[in-house]
Amino acid sequence: MPGHRFFRDAAPQQKRTTRARGRCGQRLLAFILLSLLAYLGHAAAIQQPSKDDCLACHGEKSLTTKRGGRTVSLFVDPKKFAASVHGPLQCTNCHADLEGKDLPHSAPLAKVNCGSCHSDEFQQHAKSVHGKALARGDALAPRCVNCHGNHDILPVKDPHSSVAAIKIPYLCGQCHQEGTPVQLNRDIAQHDILSNYTESIHGEGLLKKGLIVAANCASCHTAHSILPHTDPNSSIARKNIAATCTKCHANIELVHRKTIRGELWEKQANTLPACIDCHQPHKVRNEFYSQGMADADCMRCHGDIHLKASDGRSMLVRVNEVASSRHVKVACSQCHSEVNASRIRPCETITHKVDCTACHEAIGQEYAGSTHGQMHAKGDPNAPFCKDCHGTHHVLGKRNPESLTFSTNVPDLCAKCHREGQKAAVLYTGKEHEIIPRYTESIHGKGLLKSGLTVTATCTSCHTAHHELPASDPASTVNPRNVPATCGTCHHGIEEQFVQSIHSATVTHTNQPLPVCNDCHSAHSIRRTDLDGFKLDIMNQCGHCHAEIAKTYFDTYHGKVSRLGYTSTAKCYDCHGAHDILKVTDPRSHLSRANVVATCRKCHADATRRFAGYLTHATHHDPKKYPFLFWTFWGMTALLVGTFTVSGVHTLLWLPRALQMRRQLRAEEAKMLEGGESSSRPAPEDKDTDDGRP
Amino acid sequence: MADHRHAATARAEYASDTALMAEPAAASVVLQPADRREFVRFTRLHRTLHACMIVSFLTLALTGMSLKFSYTGWAFRLAHLLGGFETAGFIHRTAALVMFGTFTTHIVTLVRDKRRNQLTWRSLLFGPNTLLPNKRDAQELAGTLKWFLGLGPRPEYGRWTYWEKFDYFAVFWGIVVIGSTGLTLWFPVFFTRFVPGAFINVATIIHSDEALLATGFIFTVHFFNTHLRPEKFPMDTTIFTGHMPLAELKRDKPREYAALMTTGELEEHLEEPQPAIVVKAFRAFAWTALGIGFSVVVWIVYAMIFAYR
Repeated sequence: MPGHRFFRDAAPQQKRTTRARGRCGQRLLAFILLSLLAYLGHAAAIQQPSKDDCLACHGEKSLTTKRGGRTVSLFVDPKKFAASVHGPLQCTNCHADLEGKDLPHSAPLAKVNCGSCHSDEFQQHAKSVHGKALARGDALAPRCVNCHGNHDILPVKDPHSSVAAIKIPYLCGQCHQEGTPVQLNRDIAQHDILSNYTESIHGEGLLKKGLIVAANCASCHTAHSILPHTDPNSSIARKNIAATCTKCHANIELVHRKTIRGELWEKQANTLPACIDCHQPHKVRNEFYSQGMADADCMRCHGDIHLKASDGRSMLVRVNEVASSRHVKVACSQCHSEVNASRIRPCETITHKVDCTACHEAIGQEYAGSTHGQMHAKGDPNAPFCKDCHGTHHVLGKRNPESLTFSTNVPDLCAKCHREGQKAAVLYTGKEHEIIPRYTESIHGKGLLKSGLTVTATCTSCHTAHHELPASDPASTVNPRNVPATCGTCHHGIEEQFVQSIHSATVTHTNQPLPVCNDCHSAHSIRRTDLDGFKLDIMNQCGHCHAEIAKTYFDTYHGKVSRLGYTSTAKCYDCHGAHDILKVTDPRSHLSRANVVATCRKCHADATRRFAGYLTHATHHDPKKYPFLFWTFWGMTALLVGTFTVSGVHTLLWLPRALQMRRQLRAEEAKMLEGGESSSRPAPEDKDTDDGRP
Repeated sequence: MADHRHAATARAEYASDTALMAEPAAASVVLQPADRREFVRFTRLHRTLHACMIVSFLTLALTGMSLKFSYTGWAFRLAHLLGGFETAGFIHRTAALVMFGTFTTHIVTLVRDKRRNQLTWRSLLFGPNTLLPNKRDAQELAGTLKWFLGLGPRPEYGRWTYWEKFDYFAVFWGIVVIGSTGLTLWFPVFFTRFVPGAFINVATIIHSDEALLATGFIFTVHFFNTHLRPEKFPMDTTIFTGHMPLAELKRDKPREYAALMTTGELEEHLEEPQPAIVVKAFRAFAWTALGIGFSVVVWIVYAMIFAYR
């Protein structure tokens, strides 16, 4: 029974669902009943024109009529009709208005209503863009007959059917290709639909390779429920597109893990990129890169050392660079998408620069949020893009010592812009200057560049590689709030101590700024803490906030000798701790009653509790806090002033008398010399010996 | 506690003090014009002790002030010049030991010479050449002030004037005050077994301010009184050579001169002048010490006035 096959195949879109299968059963039943009825009707010779009656006239090729001034053939090929799916039916099954008419009928028959049998398809079509256009009276709107034909309808699976999978593109293309009235006069956003499809992977599969399972127009748009993508019920509506594509591409999300977590694809189809965002519909290739483009095709031109762009840049691509790069398995056209294999110069269709985020999606999002990315988005020519740091064809992994992004190369890489005078440094308005030389001399810089410790912190360790933001940004890894955690990625033990200390925001809740790592250790010129320079500077660092207490420290022995460059004396952190500073009232503090003697004993081995009573921050300027120091100081000062006043007055009073005596003595001396000259006395030696003596 | 050199003189003078005063310049012509001999005022021991005092005192002053005024660039450079703070501290303590040694030597030799010359404590402490202040010093002070104001003649000073006695005891006072607090700071752990820890802070203030007084006084008043008085300008080298021209003895210490003339002991105290080269050496030494002293004064003034914190 041929009809059985026909009906099962007539609804290929629905055959996956159980509902569709149920409907199929109903149809089968309807068909059997109908066939039975027709047969019985025929057998009972009811007063109806038989097929033969009709073909008696319509079987003649010469049967024509005039419609609208044109001659129209009314010929029905009996053979074709017999071979069609509707072969077993009577004419009147479709041309119902023939019933009871005298033959030959003079008036034209009404249009056949396929919906009397194919009610589902009829309703789907009525709701579709085609059906609505038809209802509007659009002359270009297709009816059933425009796609399926009339008396020669063949099963879909029949390669000769007008709606056979392999013919669908051309069927739809009759209207939907460049130059047709539909494409010219109707609002259709896509262009070159048929030609694009033909060259797409689907089109190639279907039309060149004869894979009839390859998606044709109806696979995505459905056969009858064709709706614009803006309609939420459309099979190509944004939220449905994933479901539509996965009808064939089952489990495609598994291979898109890097881009999108598979589960989100269907849960959050509205926010995530839909299939078509990357794999543009109908486009040259449905994939965004041209798999058909062999690297050799590109190298035919780009292997030429003399190849130059219009602006004089060399367009030479060194194959060995790519071959030794991380992208060795990536084809040219996977990065340089938009190539068109059908062109003689496939790359002439390229309009955009290489977009790495097509594959490196997550990193691309990080970058977009960074200062570099934000500048880039604004079109700032100074903003570094992927290739500025990673290079182009010779991209290497960051663990490759030859890579631009290998840890020991990072300082030089960042220095290209951030060295004093370079383009980033001149834009920068913050406090950090001479960043590169300072870093180079810092403990990190020496560790990395001199000692070759590749795990040492480099620029990106603190600033991140792709999400660098200014310290003022709360999301920045170098924002004061995040600095302990950033440093703590390597210095975890210190971070653990620090977060429990009084300087941690988790312990002290204040509006005052609390110090973080770089306030004491600096940002780029971090030094070894066991060397003198650091030891001497650290006291001034504490004094930035603890001004009074630092001043009084410098009034005492420890402070004074450290000022002279003596580093073995007690400094702030020797007593208070470095990262585990707590209030002295805290029992865990190094200076609590229980611990203070032990703290003193770090230097003063035999220190006692009474020794610990030494006032390390004493000042003699505070009579209330330290009255005995105050009065000792002023007592001593009074003694000094008194002594100097008395002796000073004594000396000043003496001065005129002494000058007077000097004059007298000089006069006497002169007299003696005059008298002595006659007696040849005194000897010159005498004068020498007594030189200066009156 | 007093000069023992003129032991015999002292005894004689003690007996007939007033009588001698009446005839001060009785034997003013002792030397023949060709006689170049000078009066020996200080023994070699005294001169040596004074030199030790100079060296130790200057060293202590320099190293100590560099700590006291550590906030000046001067102090920082000096500490570095001396080999860093640790070395400076070591030098300071060594100089302190030298000074203690000098002081102890003086006391020991004082007692030894008292025995050797069979002097009584009474004559030593209260004789005419005593270094202890006495009634006559008060009179001389009053007389001096009158002289300053043009109200009387210059007093007839004896072997030690009141300001020389003041300088002498200033060292005693200084050694006791600065030395004791210095030891406290040197051995804080030991001393805080007996005194509270905050006493170290008190000791710091006393030590440094008393040292400021001592250096300030020595480098200004003492320098002026004994070395730089206009009539002796630019340098009185008596403490270095030990010698004093007889004319100066007659003029500045008339009472001592008179006593020596009375007892006829003057001849014993006359010596040929030191060789010129020796005097030159002493002069160089003295100038160096004075130079350092004045530099310290300038530094202190700078630190206290312009850089005080």
